[in-house]
Amino acid sequence: MKIFAPSLLLCAAVLTTSTVSIAAPAVIYDLGGKFDKSFNESSYNGAKRWADETGEKFAEVELQSDAQREQALRRFAQSGANPIVVAGFSFATALTEVAAEYPETKFVIIDMVVDQPNVRSIVFNEHEGSYLVGMMAAMASETGTVSFIGGMDIPLIRKFACGYAQGAMAANADAKVIVNMTGTTGAAWNDPVKGSELTLAQISQGSDVVFAAAGATGLGVLQTAADKDILSIGVDANQNYLHSGKVLTSMLKRVDNAVYSAFSAGSDVEPGINAMGLGNDGVGYALDEHNASLVTADMKAAVDAASAKISAGEISVHDYTSDEACPSVEF
Amino acid sequence: MDLPTLLQILDSTVRLSTPLLLACLAGLYSERAGIFDIGLEGKMLAAAFLSGAVAYATGSAWLGLMAGVGASLFLSLIHGVASITFRGNQLISGVAINFLAAGITVVIAQSWFGQGGRTPQLSGDARFEPITLPFADALREVPVIGPVYFELISGHTSLVYIAILFVPLTWALLYRTRFGLRLRAVGENPASVDTAGVSVIRLRYIAVVICGVLCGFAGTYLATALQAGFVKDMSAGRGFIALAALIFAKWRPWQALYACLLFGFLQAMSLRPDVLENTLGFKVNAQLLDALPYILTVVILAGFVGKAVPPRAGGAPYVKER
Repeated sequence: MKIFAPSLLLCAAVLTTSTVSIAAPAVIYDLGGKFDKSFNESSYNGAKRWADETGEKFAEVELQSDAQREQALRRFAQSGANPIVVAGFSFATALTEVAAEYPETKFVIIDMVVDQPNVRSIVFNEHEGSYLVGMMAAMASETGTVSFIGGMDIPLIRKFACGYAQGAMAANADAKVIVNMTGTTGAAWNDPVKGSELTLAQISQGSDVVFAAAGATGLGVLQTAADKDILSIGVDANQNYLHSGKVLTSMLKRVDNAVYSAFSAGSDVEPGINAMGLGNDGVGYALDEHNASLVTADMKAAVDAASAKISAGEISVHDYTSDEACPSVEF
Repeated sequence: MDLPTLLQILDSTVRLSTPLLLACLAGLYSERAGIFDIGLEGKMLAAAFLSGAVAYATGSAWLGLMAGVGASLFLSLIHGVASITFRGNQLISGVAINFLAAGITVVIAQSWFGQGGRTPQLSGDARFEPITLPFADALREVPVIGPVYFELISGHTSLVYIAILFVPLTWALLYRTRFGLRLRAVGENPASVDTAGVSVIRLRYIAVVICGVLCGFAGTYLATALQAGFVKDMSAGRGFIALAALIFAKWRPWQALYACLLFGFLQAMSLRPDVLENTLGFKVNAQLLDALPYILTVVILAGFVGKAVPPRAGGAPYVKER
């Protein structure tokens, strides 16, 4: 019964929202919730930008439990929504099944590859964005030591760490990069207390810029960095505002751009794997009024030059997930 | 390992041990009175959430603490009603409390603040700030004693000192007062307490209430002192490590302090793989250190290092007539 009751509500929600128009695009947020200040909120922002610009409407639903994934997908597909964007790798299994049942509908999955003829899989070159913030970290550091705190120790997070270390060493060949992972279970994404302690441990080893790619654990990292007056780097969405003047920058993963372009393409969205990197505004670094005083002109020039070179293929940033090894840092 | 590094690790040990110690003492009262409590984790989580929410709304960490204690007390009383009044299975009730807390905190946080199941960030008086003890600054330059006093002993939040004060207090209460004697007796042989004309039910409820208050402190410490707000599942298994510490300490207050410090030290060491590698000369897996508290507890339970005997009437609801 526990699962049943909210799913009935869900059906009702889907019915009411999806009646807006027949081929309206739809987005399904993952369990973190629509306003999670990160990944899902970014998808929402992309969808909203599309709606504001075109004046069209879109359907959306926030999941409450894992059991609703398939159901929500089916409801949207049945009601004729096209394309349907799902935010997050956890949708892979459900999507593989549902996509085959609705060959006429186009689906878009973010952060995961689903091999179906009507699915567009969007993956991000996180290592490229991490490379840029790594350069900024090394340039902003006064001690020559910068650090990284990952959430769960998985290849994706090592990809962040590896790009970061490469960037730091590109800006300062003698830079020391400390890498710590919070844990090996899902709890590692939600342990800000340990994130804080790791930050303090890294500070005592001389680090004065810390990059957190650790979900909610990262909030503890940013908090402690601000309390101890060192710089931090946020991840996914622009987190500069969390501690204005203390967050050097954020490694942006432009999920909003991915959703926006999928919505704009409508039912003509192209299936296949779509890698979003520096070249097509898939990743980048955040610059706004909260960190304007921290990012010097030199820093910006160096990073923008590197960004152009990476896009042009003149600098190649090693992707950890390609061979499970990293030239700049040992795990 | 030089002195500053050692002090940093020990400082971290104190911070990581505090929530364990509070939860461990909470469990000690409850289990000494014969009520097994595996819901420490859930109570901490509920307290962390409500303290964060109220501290944010009122801007006062102390009001947050009261709210946190209230939330934890509420869950504690549910456990009490289920296992004392209705004589239910204490383990099942504890598990239910853990699940309830994990779910309800996120749901309420989402509906109140709409930030993906967490409370907004706290700042200023809404957080417990570190206290600098008297003379800490003046003594700072004194070799060895200065840094130890300044770094390690001074500079923690008030909740840390409260937690440590609870240790002698608990010892005195349990071993030097009539109430303590009865509380211990009710966990060993409730029938004899009943025969002496003392209410078993009342004593057990008191123990459960104390347990709730202490868990409230533990959760509040997480959300408003160590962190600046509540995050989903932020207790991250600390309630279970506290239970392990309780067994490791064989249900005694001073030993609970040592066990929590030891477990906190292991956690702090796992944050510094570089120090470990330098002192030991080989690489140690951080996961091994994280698992050590549990391994040590199993060793103790297996009877290799002395025997851990739980309170004899633990887990069994008291029935007057047989």
